[in-house]
Amino acid sequence: MNMYIQPEYEVIRNSDKCIACRVCERQCANLVHSFDSETGKMKADDSKCVNCHRCVCLCPTHALKIVKSDDTYKINANWDNQTINEVYKQANTGGVLLSSMGNPKPYPVYWDRMLVNASQVTNPPIDPLREPMETQLYLGKRAAKIERDEQGKLKNTLAPQLKLKVPVLFSAMSYGSISYNAHESLARAAEELGTYYNTGEGGLHKDFYKYGKNTIVQVASGRFGVFKDYLESAAAIEIKMGQGAKPGIGGHLPGAKISADVSETRMIPQGVDAISPAPHHDIYSIEDLRQLVYSLKEATEYKKPVIVKIAAVHNAAAIASGIARSGADIIAIDGYRGGTGAAPTRIRDNVGIPIELALAQIDQRLRDEGIRDEVSILVGGSIRSSADVIKAIALGADACYIGTAALLALGCHLCRSCHEGKCNWGIATQRPDLVKRLNPDIGYKRLVNLVTAWNHEIQEMMGGMGINSIEALRGNRLMLRGIGLTDTELNLLGIKYAGESM
Amino acid sequence: MKRIYVNEKWCLGCHLCEYECAFANSGLTDMVKALKGKTIHPKIRVEDSGEVHFAVNCRHCKDAICVQSCISGALSKGEDGVVRIDQNKCVGCLTCVLVCPYGAVMPAPSGHAAMKCQLCTDNLCGEPNCVKHCPNNAIVYEER
Ligand code: SF4
Ligand code: SF4
Ligand code: SF4
Ligand code: SF4
Repeated sequence: MNMYIQPEYEVIRNSDKCIACRVCERQCANLVHSFDSETGKMKADDSKCVNCHRCVCLCPTHALKIVKSDDTYKINANWDNQTINEVYKQANTGGVLLSSMGNPKPYPVYWDRMLVNASQVTNPPIDPLREPMETQLYLGKRAAKIERDEQGKLKNTLAPQLKLKVPVLFSAMSYGSISYNAHESLARAAEELGTYYNTGEGGLHKDFYKYGKNTIVQVASGRFGVFKDYLESAAAIEIKMGQGAKPGIGGHLPGAKISADVSETRMIPQGVDAISPAPHHDIYSIEDLRQLVYSLKEATEYKKPVIVKIAAVHNAAAIASGIARSGADIIAIDGYRGGTGAAPTRIRDNVGIPIELALAQIDQRLRDEGIRDEVSILVGGSIRSSADVIKAIALGADACYIGTAALLALGCHLCRSCHEGKCNWGIATQRPDLVKRLNPDIGYKRLVNLVTAWNHEIQEMMGGMGINSIEALRGNRLMLRGIGLTDTELNLLGIKYAGESM
Repeated sequence: MKRIYVNEKWCLGCHLCEYECAFANSGLTDMVKALKGKTIHPKIRVEDSGEVHFAVNCRHCKDAICVQSCISGALSKGEDGVVRIDQNKCVGCLTCVLVCPYGAVMPAPSGHAAMKCQLCTDNLCGEPNCVKHCPNNAIVYEER
């Protein structure tokens, strides 16, 4: 017998406002709403609602809201409702619990416990509207040797670099986990913004090769869609060792999502599950990683930077040190709040560490070892605003990857049911009628708006600090102060407490 | 002239445009008051067939066949290119309804005259309200 579980959210319709237009019914792929022709009224089946707010946003009279159910078991601080329900669910099904998007648990958010400095009197702030304020930057190895040719002229020994007009890139989201229209929106936005989007591990759709100079292609443990043209089309290649949402495990895209197009792009049979193994079966050491880094460089004639992406885990600093020595040009670190199209709930919610701590430790370790210039550092895993970007850069990052924020700009309402494949916003789905709901003409513009707005805010905050170039902010931890943090946390972050002077 | 064009590829068949049209032409400022409990008579109609949806309203044709065939001179093409109907002159023969190849003229709810889209020039909106509220740019108002 299946235990009945009370729905977590209720659909509330103000019947004084509802005009029975049935727009909500047509827009809900979960079939929550229906029209009762006998009463002439709309009905809702709360149990199917995932709280994606599609109906709320499209209802022309704003007659709808979704509220948290106040039904509760006997209050228990140890066994809260969700914990109990999860036990019931597993007792019902015997299955592993699945979730999507980032870790929603109330762990501390260190970004919110750091404050940014501003100049007063002695070093005046700069007005970004009147004076140049540089947010352009380059990613790649900075360590160049001075070498001269026979004529005594300086040789260019600088490794290939990625040029970014803004310190923000779109993080890896595969075609398959997100839709064609979502990919097109990201690609076009990256092109217009002068930054990059990342194919994720699902290969590159043939229509998107034209955005190659703004594309980072990924090589993950499944090696989906990897071949010469794929590597050559891109501006940079990212080796994915891990992902913040699910460190230590691979991926599993169900066969139902492997449509004809996805199968062609991933180079796997249609309808067959796409399994990414947990490890790369050819990488068991830094030496092995180095071989893959150099194979990829060799295959692309040393013209493209190679990124190695890892999840933020307990030994991140030591691992990063190894990566910096492996020949990689850029290290990408993904924090435990990073999103995913599907992950086992227990892994998403309990594995990994906060990006803030991992970043501070990695930057410090590489500096201590004198190899910080060997690599650039990219961070992701819940960068929510321009303030988070500023703080990340001051902690030592070169630039930030945004995934969840980008999807929000495209319409995502964080219902965290991507793994069900019925995204009502046309993002995490391959169902043609749903994919269609995301018109890339609208989507790319919204992404451009978001990043442009953040860039303005970044310039303003930099100006306030009296800094006129984003490169001068990198690793400038004196610009940060902690609040509500313990000594250990301050030490790990390498920052002083609010109120402490230089 | 600026016309409403249909991007069939992006139409979701949500039918919002029909309700926004009915609201725009209700003369009221409160949608609930205007539409609650009423049968709507929009001048834009969404055609649905399986996965294909598109919204149809008047194309404001260059050589408008409705204008040519109107027996009472109720239909006319203005200098702005908008095809309009003067419901006081209309005798309700519905010839225009029969001849319009798009089905864009329809009998008014009174039954005694025809009605059609006038690009919201005949109400308080001033610009097509259906286009303004389409969530997916499936209908656009532009010069081509
Ligand atoms: S969309 Fe709003 S007004 Fe229309 S039927 Fe649903 S609740 Fe009622
Ligand atoms: S699943 Fe989304 S569209 Fe459906 S009722 Fe719930 S909030 Fe509305
Ligand atoms: S509002 Fe737009 S998407 Fe919806 S039915 Fe009308 S034209 Fe199609
Ligand atoms: S009513 Fe029909 S024939 Fe007349 S202008 Fe419009 S589309 Fe053309």
